Amino acid sequence: MPHDHPHDHLSPSGHPFRTDNDTPLSYFQTMEIAVRELLIEKGVLTPAEIATQIEVMDGRSPANGAAVVARAWSDPAFKARLLEDAGAASREMGFDIGPLNLIAVENTAETHNLVVCTLCSCYPRNLLGLPPDWYKTRAYRSRAVKEPRSVLREFGLDLPESTQLRVHDSTADMRYIVLPARPEGTSDMDESELAKLVTRDAMIGAGLPRAPGG
Amino acid sequence: MDEMDGRRWHDMGGLPAGEVRKDDHDFALWEKRVDALMVLCGAKGHFTVDGLRRALEDMGPEAFEKYTYYERWIAAINQNLIEAGVYSIEELGTRMDAVQARGPSYGEANLQDG
Repeated sequence: MPHDHPHDHLSPSGHPFRTDNDTPLSYFQTMEIAVRELLIEKGVLTPAEIATQIEVMDGRSPANGAAVVARAWSDPAFKARLLEDAGAASREMGFDIGPLNLIAVENTAETHNLVVCTLCSCYPRNLLGLPPDWYKTRAYRSRAVKEPRSVLREFGLDLPESTQLRVHDSTADMRYIVLPARPEGTSDMDESELAKLVTRDAMIGAGLPRAPGG
Repeated sequence: MDEMDGRRWHDMGGLPAGEVRKDDHDFALWEKRVDALMVLCGAKGHFTVDGLRRALEDMGPEAFEKYTYYERWIAAINQNLIEAGVYSIEELGTRMDAVQARGPSYGEANLQDG
């Protein structure tokens, strides 16, 4: 199949393209095709269902979580509902959270929160999309609960010792999202402007929101 | 004292490990398909996330280091589907041979758009 990835360039999201259709067929790619075909032939799935599910997942990105955070920064009543039940509050905004429990943890002047899944790769994927590769590494899973300050320094975030650090270990049905503190100098910004300051890493706790104009 | 006393390899919270490499990549279509198969088969009740994890954990730490995330996922999905009787090992083997015979690249070996 002809294929025209610009292999030497970065994708729109700033990552290197992973080689895809034009590389030698691997054992597990062969398995994926075989499993998918068998599921379709057995009537378990249809090609349309699979295509739709991929579209749904592609449509989930940190922009969804950023919209939720920006609403919480702008609307104190919404923020209270988000901290009470993050799933229900996110559904108010039209986001499909599925059956999982979603808990928002708030960063304040005194407290910083960090999210990890030590056992596997549980992540608030319905609001942030699929987790980044580093979230699933042995290094992050092992160290985030033991030496989170060192891990955060490796992410370029050097928290003062006076900041209390809370690390939240996710499970398959209990996911966390960080509500970052609203940056200084943003009092004139509306929700859509605020949302642009909210990064994926800020909602994991591995970073802070962008500074306005930064 | 062995720091792994009483826990399995995947329970790695608190163990010594190296620097966190900020690796990330955009998922290939075949990886997105694996993710979709997991979500859809789970939603239809053919297995649970616990079944997926049990298969992933039983692969052991060697598989964790050697194979990529979605390589391990498709193997775990496959194992659960065979256990659930959705298809047999023989059907899988026959189909994998047929897929491989179609051509040397993923694009050539894949017939379905879904």
